[in-house]
Amino acid sequence: MSNIPAGLPKPWTNMLNGLKTWARVNSPWAIHFNSGSCNGCDIEILATLTPRFDVERFGIKLQGSPRHADVLICTGPVTTQARDRLKRVYDQMPEPKFVIAVGSCATSGGVFQGCYNVAGGIDQVIPVNAYIPGCPPRPEAIIDGVVKLLGSLQEKKPEVKK
Amino acid sequence: MPGLQKEKFIVPIGPQHPALKEPAHFEFTVDGETVTSASVRFGYVHRGIEKGTENRNWAQAMYLLERICGICSHVHSTTFALGVEKLAKVPAPPRAQAIRQILLELERIHSHMLWVGVAAHEAGFETLFMYSWRDRETVMDILETFSGNRVNYSANVLGGVKYDLGPAQTDSIKRGLDYLEERLHYYMKIVNSDESFLRRTRGVGMMTTAQAEELGAIGPTARASNVARDLRVDSPYLLYEQFPVTIVLGSTGDLQTRFVVRIQELFESIRVIRELVNHIPGGDLTVRFPRRIPEGEVVMRTEAPRGGLFYFIKSGGGENPVRVKVRTPSLRNFMSVLVGSVGHQLADVPMILSGIDPCFSCNDRMIVVRREPGKETAS
Ligand code: SF4
Repeated sequence: MSNIPAGLPKPWTNMLNGLKTWARVNSPWAIHFNSGSCNGCDIEILATLTPRFDVERFGIKLQGSPRHADVLICTGPVTTQARDRLKRVYDQMPEPKFVIAVGSCATSGGVFQGCYNVAGGIDQVIPVNAYIPGCPPRPEAIIDGVVKLLGSLQEKKPEVKK
Repeated sequence: MPGLQKEKFIVPIGPQHPALKEPAHFEFTVDGETVTSASVRFGYVHRGIEKGTENRNWAQAMYLLERICGICSHVHSTTFALGVEKLAKVPAPPRAQAIRQILLELERIHSHMLWVGVAAHEAGFETLFMYSWRDRETVMDILETFSGNRVNYSANVLGGVKYDLGPAQTDSIKRGLDYLEERLHYYMKIVNSDESFLRRTRGVGMMTTAQAEELGAIGPTARASNVARDLRVDSPYLLYEQFPVTIVLGSTGDLQTRFVVRIQELFESIRVIRELVNHIPGGDLTVRFPRRIPEGEVVMRTEAPRGGLFYFIKSGGGENPVRVKVRTPSLRNFMSVLVGSVGHQLADVPMILSGIDPCFSCNDRMIVVRREPGKETAS
């Protein structure tokens, strides 16, 4: 579904691309990966799903398989153990994919900088599209980060895949 | 086919798995749907915190240790602070102790409610999950009025606390607890009477008193099996002597009892917090604390929401700790999952696992490096 046939006339391609962006922006599916976090960020991500914050009203859904996900939400610094798994989860996700680093740890290694088993922030291993600082960031901040990321998708000119 | 009979079927779960919020790897050997043996592998979130403390000074180490676990963060920093204060022979003033204790009990409420939600979610009981997390926000609000932070409050400093209990906090605590108490009665009713819930929990993950003793279970998991073990009572710290809690015990040791015990403990916590707020000692919040801690070793034990927490702290007389050793409760309870899941249906395993309130970030205190020939990465 993600590849638009090459031979189509341009207006068609543009329309299909617009449709894809619309679908993506309105209902991004996210997967959460913990590569060594202290739980603090994880419970705040979980809190965003619960009645007070309720991200599902924006169409954001947290689900289990990387193969169904558009957005990878990462928490925690990358430990040597989790490094390969993080890469693998990222590789399993279909294109286009976006990565959000939640928390100071995911952004830079945070308080764990210098610990022997910590490789640093998420961007040491995979490319990151959005950073949400805070230790842990408030649920509102997490939602704001996701919404901003989606906003930036919308602004982008729909690119024609070759 | 001959030989097929003997083959085992192993179901691997994790490290990244929808039922687990944190990475761990389980292998369940199954015969049909029944689990015949289980094993676990940890270490995905091992960060090297204990070693990390040795390169930080005492105050910095406390902030690092607070981040061992985001759910029970305050108990880690309090235990460390208490230990270091014992080494330095500079105790924190009584008002600071009381505030620490209030925060500890608030933390227990938030942790247990979180667990009620997660465990209900594993049982497929989404409504209770949403309810308990909604009500948990009340505690989060209280914690926020205290410290401005929802999760890692960093309320402790060595020799005291940073935040005072003013009228705003007292007010939010009183109102919040009234509301929570009412809700908890409702949860208690649900876990004792809802038919579909009882079917999922009664008799599942059973652990007898003898088993609990043998497997070394602690915390609410053990107390649900009628093992009276609670460090708040057994070796009181802070102001638990003046404001004691009563141990809540269950008798059957199945999942349903664990629900009941945990909810009952919350009533205890609420009572203690109310008493503390009403009779809080006056005085300073901090004392002057030395930069260097005299040489020596100390052991500090406290009761975290999941069970006994153990700290060993060694000072060489300098500005950094020489050795900090932490033993967290979750690891002790894991044996009960591995033993308890044998004989159960595979579908019950997530319930049994969540029954001990597992927390992996504090488990992963060690790493076994095994380099296989030809492989670059350690596993
Ligand atoms: S940013 Fe803070 S809360 Fe989040 S994982 Fe790191 S230490 Fe924990």
